[in-house]
Amino acid sequence: MLRFLLSRLLQAVPVIFIVITATFFLVRMAPGGPFDDEKVVLPEVKRALEAQYKLDLPLHEQYFAYLTDLASGDLGPSFKYPGRSVNEILFSGLPVTAELGLYALIIALVIGVTAGVIAALKPNTKQDYIPMTLAMVGICMPSFLLGPLLVLVFGIYLEVLPISGWGAIPGDKILPSITLGSAYAAYVARLSRAGMLEVLSQDYIRTARAKGLPERWVVIKHGLRGGLIPVVAFLGPAFAGLLAGSFVVETIFQIPGLGRFYVQAAFNRDYTMILGTTVFLSTLIVLFNLASDVAAAWLNPRLRAQFQGGQS
Amino acid sequence: MTAIDASSSQDDNVLAVAEKGSSLWHDAWIRLSKNRMALAGGLVLLFFIVIALLTPWIAPYSYETQDLDLGATPPSAAHWLGTDVFGRDLLTQIMYGGRVSLAVGFIATAVALLIGVTWGAIAGYLGGRVDAVMMRIVDMLYALPFMIFIVLLMVIFGRNVLLLFLAIGAVEWLTMARIMRSQVQSLRQQEFVEAAISLGLSTGAIIRRHVVPNALGPIIVYTTLTIPSVMLLEAFLSFLGLGIQPPQTSWGLLISYGAETMEEYPWLLIFPGLALTITLFSLNFLGDGLRDALDVRGSKD
Repeated sequence: MLRFLLSRLLQAVPVIFIVITATFFLVRMAPGGPFDDEKVVLPEVKRALEAQYKLDLPLHEQYFAYLTDLASGDLGPSFKYPGRSVNEILFSGLPVTAELGLYALIIALVIGVTAGVIAALKPNTKQDYIPMTLAMVGICMPSFLLGPLLVLVFGIYLEVLPISGWGAIPGDKILPSITLGSAYAAYVARLSRAGMLEVLSQDYIRTARAKGLPERWVVIKHGLRGGLIPVVAFLGPAFAGLLAGSFVVETIFQIPGLGRFYVQAAFNRDYTMILGTTVFLSTLIVLFNLASDVAAAWLNPRLRAQFQGGQS
Repeated sequence: MTAIDASSSQDDNVLAVAEKGSSLWHDAWIRLSKNRMALAGGLVLLFFIVIALLTPWIAPYSYETQDLDLGATPPSAAHWLGTDVFGRDLLTQIMYGGRVSLAVGFIATAVALLIGVTWGAIAGYLGGRVDAVMMRIVDMLYALPFMIFIVLLMVIFGRNVLLLFLAIGAVEWLTMARIMRSQVQSLRQQEFVEAAISLGLSTGAIIRRHVVPNALGPIIVYTTLTIPSVMLLEAFLSFLGLGIQPPQTSWGLLISYGAETMEEYPWLLIFPGLALTITLFSLNFLGDGLRDALDVRGSKD
């Protein structure tokens, strides 16, 4: 297991390095400097600004300077908001996005696994078709459509829930979390249905039934463990999706999180902010993928035995 | 039996006595035609495609027509789906937007298909070290957070439709390459390929007659399921203002305008949203139906 972990970790390092390098040069290739669209700036002022942001150095020196800063965890200053560092802005948004993502994930897992297991218990009956059709609706209803629709119904027509903000009014976290989580609930439902169907036809489930275990225990104790491996493996990609989804959801509900900052930085052409956010989010995504792969491997007894066998 | 060419007609005489075989495609068609949801999805999709192709001739108003005095009106006899704040006919807007959304979906998927199938077939067929290197590259690209990269590309190089096609296509080819490679790899070791080799068929003929037709099923299924995810990606970017730019429009862009004014004019959000959702629904049902019909497993979930 340790070897598996190490080899996956070693694979992740070059990926993160590629992301940093590619993003850095892409951003530097962007047409127009960050100060070009300001009002007329005196040449001396412009030169001083460029010196301050190290833009007067040759490209490769800029790159190594950036890597050196990055090694000590410094993402540099923001172009658009003088005096604020990218680190500061990121860490003010991180807790908000993390909380939103967590709620969305909980919604996705609770609803998704429940629906998937219920469907798998009686395949090709109403009990299967109804949740699975709903799941299809969830997949085909993108968050940027579901969000406004929920706002329209619950916020404007029924006036029962607040329609924007985060943590200011009680209940304002409900709609964003549902909006972000619903598509993933749908995917999780489909994955857990497929996984459970596969597992419930295995011999060891028949053994468990044969020894007289109540059906509920067969499903919970023996079924879920194997049936949910695909769901655990899906958590890595889902995390990347949740981050991307937070771009939209935080824009719709005006939530001051990472996603909204990223979209704003994109529109402001705040290049250091874009660069910093990309590097930060990408690293998070790569690490999360790693974690979900390792967890899925750990849950699979055959794979686990293989790794432990390799150790001894 | 008309599809069989001259080279195997000799075998035909022998086989004709035995049971008349039914092809994989024939079986698949029978299974698909029993799946009502998939058939309905296919028909709806066909309907939308025909409308998109004919839009310049059948749209009720011209794309540029504005009527600022009229402003936003709910659905009426003159404007079936209502008008937007500039007095533009919403049905016309949705029809033109659908052309763009569907075009992005199909063209970007075609890009992905081309790169992925070629890459996967080469890796799978050559095997060995070439395969290892090629698939390691795919693994690495897989780990990259592409959604963020696409946003980055659109920010840096401007909101160019062509670039949007390429960027989306470049993301989606990875899974295609994996599927194709595993297909080619497993097919190469099958008995019927060995039999073909021992019969002295050339490599080209083996690939054309035996490998490609058998690898086609999963590719068709995955292609059908890639189109909706590409369309979703385009709509996502357009919603954020990073995709299709005015004066062009797409369903994502219409939804984004609709969301801004939904309090006063909810139809501007609901109708474009319905158009997108129905299309995605149809494509997904068709894809699922094809997967069951062609008996393909594990291509997406």
